[in-house]
Amino acid sequence: MARKSLAAAALLMAAAALAASAATMSVQVKEAPVRATPSFVGKVVGTLAYGDRIEVQQTQGAWSQIAGKGISGWVHSSALSTKKIVLASGREQARVAASGDELALAGKGFNSDVEAQFKATHRDIDFTWINRMEKIRIAPAESQAFLKDGLVAPKEGGAK
Amino acid sequence: MNMLYRAIVISLAALALAGLSGCQSVGVLSEVGAGVAQVTGVVTPQQAESIKRAGTAVGKTFADITPEQEYYIGRTVGATVLNRYKPLNNESANHYLNVLGQTLAQFSDRPETFGGYHFLIMETEEVNAFAAPGGLIFVSRGMLRCCRSEDALAAVLAHEIAHAACQHGLRAIKKGRLTSALTILAAESAKSLGGQYLAQLTEAFEGSISDITATMMNSGYAREFERQADQAAVTILERAGYDPQGLTAVLTEMQKHLKPDGAGFAKTHPSPGSRIADVAKFVGPVRPVTSPAVRQARFQAALGKL
Repeated sequence: MARKSLAAAALLMAAAALAASAATMSVQVKEAPVRATPSFVGKVVGTLAYGDRIEVQQTQGAWSQIAGKGISGWVHSSALSTKKIVLASGREQARVAASGDELALAGKGFNSDVEAQFKATHRDIDFTWINRMEKIRIAPAESQAFLKDGLVAPKEGGAK
Repeated sequence: MNMLYRAIVISLAALALAGLSGCQSVGVLSEVGAGVAQVTGVVTPQQAESIKRAGTAVGKTFADITPEQEYYIGRTVGATVLNRYKPLNNESANHYLNVLGQTLAQFSDRPETFGGYHFLIMETEEVNAFAAPGGLIFVSRGMLRCCRSEDALAAVLAHEIAHAACQHGLRAIKKGRLTSALTILAAESAKSLGGQYLAQLTEAFEGSISDITATMMNSGYAREFERQADQAAVTILERAGYDPQGLTAVLTEMQKHLKPDGAGFAKTHPSPGSRIADVAKFVGPVRPVTSPAVRQARFQAALGKL
C-alpha cells in the first residue's frame, strides 16, 4: 500500500516536471543549430532563426529538446528565451505595447540605426575589421576534426 | 550585521546546492538566498522581500539588454578597440585562432550568443587581450608570444570567452546610464521612433561604450570578475579536453614579460603570481603542460612565424 502511494507520488512528480518543462520559447540569437543529440558532437539537423517560436519538450542539462518550424532535435538553452520576440519594424513596432517581461521587440533599442548614428559622429572608428571577423565562421565538422587531429578528447562529448 | 552575514552564507550555500555555476545574475542570487534565509528564520519576511526587490531591480536591468542589443554594443566596443590597436592582417593565423576559439566557446556555459564568438589578432607587442560583449575577442601578438603551446593559448582564449559569457563588459556600464537608457527604451516603445529618441538613445549608447572600453582598456575589471573568468576558463579547458595547466603556463610566461608598471595586462589584471596561486586551488600544484607532439606541431606551424 505504502509502496503504491509512493509510486503514485513519484508518477505525479514526474508528470509535474514534464508539464513544467513543456513550454513555448523563442530563439534569441541570429541562428541556432539544431542537433540530433544533446551534445556539440551531435549532427546538425537544421537551423532555427531569430524570433522563431518552438516548443521545448524536455531539458537535459543545458540542452533543450525542441520541435517547431518543421525541425525537431536539441538546441543549447543559451539560444532560447521565454520572451516572445516580435519581429516588426517601424511604425508597426511602435504600436506593440511592450511589457518587458513577456515581450521583446527585435530591433528595439541599441540597433543598426543607433550604430549608423554613432558612425556618423565618430568617423575615425572603422567597422571594416569587425564585419570581416564576423564572417569567420567555423563549421561544426571543422571543429570536430580539429579536436580529433589534435588528440583533444572532450569530456562527455560537449558542453553540459 | 551578524544576521546579514548569515543570510549571505546561506545564500551561497543555497547556490551551491542548486548547482549554479560561476556567473549567475544578481537577481537569481537574491531570489534564492532571500527565500532560504526567510524559511530558516534568519531574516523576517519583510527583510527577505526587500533583499529580493533590490536584487531583482539590478537583475532586471541586465535582463533588459537583449542579446541583440548586446551584439550592437559589442560591435562598437570592438571597433573602438581596433581604433587603438591595429588588426594583424594574417589570414591563416587568424583562422587558426578562430578554429581554436570557436571550438572552445562551445564548451562554455553560454555557447550561443547573438552573433557568435569571433577572434582577431592585434598587431602590438603589448601583452593584452579583450572580450567585447557578445563574443568579439581580440588577442595581441605580445600575448601570443607568452603562449608556448596550444593548451596555453586555449587558456587565454577560454579566459576571454568567460568574460563574454559572464557579461562582465555589460556590467561595466554605469547603473545610472543603464537606467536612463532603459527609460528611453520604455518610452520609445510607447511612442513613435522619432529622431529625438534616436538621438537620446545614441547618447546612452556612446556612454555605455565608453564605460565598457574605459574599464576594459584602462582600469580593469574587479578582481572577482578576473577570478571568475580564470575559474570558468579552467572549466572550459577541462570540458574540451585541454590541459588546464595551460593557464598556469601562460601566467608564468606573462610574469617574465610583464613589467609591473607597464601597459596592458600589467595595468588591468591582478599580478600573474597571485592569479597562479588562485588557479592552483582548482587545478592542483603547478606542473608543466602535457601537449601531444602533433598538437604542438600544428601550433608552431600556425603561429611560430608571427
